[in-house]
Amino acid sequence: MAKLLAGVTTSHVPAIGAALDNGKSGEPYWQRVFGGYEFSKKWLAELKPDVVLLVYNDHASAFSLEIIPTFALGCAQTFPIADEGWGPRPVPPVEGHPDLAWHIAQSVILDEFDLTIVNKMAVDHGLTVPLSLMCGQPKAWPFKVIPLCVNVIQYPPPTGHRCFMLGKAIRKAIDSFPRDLRVVIFGTGGMSHQLQGPRAGFINSKFDNAFLDRFAKDPQTLIRIPHLEYIREAGSEGIELVMWLIARGALDDEVREVHRFYTVPASNTAVGHLILENTR
Amino acid sequence: MAEEAYEDIPGTQVFDARRSRKGYWLNMFCMSLMKDENRKAFKANEEKYLDEHFPLVSVEQREAILKRQWNRMLELGGNIYYTSKLGATDGLSFQNLAALMTGSTQEQYAAMMLAGGRSPDGNRSKAEWKNRG
Repeated sequence: MAKLLAGVTTSHVPAIGAALDNGKSGEPYWQRVFGGYEFSKKWLAELKPDVVLLVYNDHASAFSLEIIPTFALGCAQTFPIADEGWGPRPVPPVEGHPDLAWHIAQSVILDEFDLTIVNKMAVDHGLTVPLSLMCGQPKAWPFKVIPLCVNVIQYPPPTGHRCFMLGKAIRKAIDSFPRDLRVVIFGTGGMSHQLQGPRAGFINSKFDNAFLDRFAKDPQTLIRIPHLEYIREAGSEGIELVMWLIARGALDDEVREVHRFYTVPASNTAVGHLILENTR
Repeated sequence: MAEEAYEDIPGTQVFDARRSRKGYWLNMFCMSLMKDENRKAFKANEEKYLDEHFPLVSVEQREAILKRQWNRMLELGGNIYYTSKLGATDGLSFQNLAALMTGSTQEQYAAMMLAGGRSPDGNRSKAEWKNRG
């Protein structure tokens, strides 16, 4: 049977990808960021997952205002790298896992989560920056990736509670997949940041650290945070943190926090990162 | 309709249904700049490109685009993930745009971020911005 081993949460700041792609990762500014992922890269390499289910948001790359799915699950064999205006990032193509992806789609839809099935989707920095942070710059990604793309641009995004419950439904789907697969779930985005308007540059380390403190042991207190509070306290783009709750919902109630990292800033954003292992 | 509580957050345009509808063509114009051929055509003659391909962009939005009034675009229904594509066409990063939208120099803005960013204190409600004088 497929088994969900662990969850990884991380910010997905585009400038991190640019720093890596342009050979700037050795600069002190970026070393401060990449340093927080040294343990994580070793940890993931040792864990050797077959599949990563990667929760992220598209930034007007694959989807525009023409079609705005709240939850879109990538069921394709491969996902091309999006051209976000400077040409596609020079990273390996992303290989999907259609068998597991379709199984998850069917299972969660019958569990009353009406997600959108996507067979053609370019993936942008929201998906590739977490892969780069966790894997470095390999010739090929060392596992298959199932993208789960969440709308957090058009208000309202799904609630934290809905995300958490979707995570639980995804877990049920993984547990019922009849082939031995080692699975890890990534929840990406955040932490506090605001990219728009006169309040741009907003960072709330106190909010972020409280969120990190409660994520492993007390997620029930996080899933009811209303959108208003995210926007006011974590910045208009800090609302991306609802995506972390999908990963949390999929994990066991009891988890072991094996790594934590937090730094300000990467470009405009507070970078937060956790690794949680299932204990069963 | 009663005003949404998030309208009280200063310096912030929450991209809700109203703004999305208002900004549809402005944002879709920005989306068109994902293609290199469109970026070239726009740069060659900005007014012609807008008139030919995006006649439904409003007069105010057109002016804000041509004058690169980044905050004005947001007020007129623009969304930062879309307007940033116009920024990219001009060679501007998210951080470059943030400096412009906050009325800072690049150096000032980068220094503020390195020092921990814009504090939540004094930046939670419009009343706080009014009182700061």
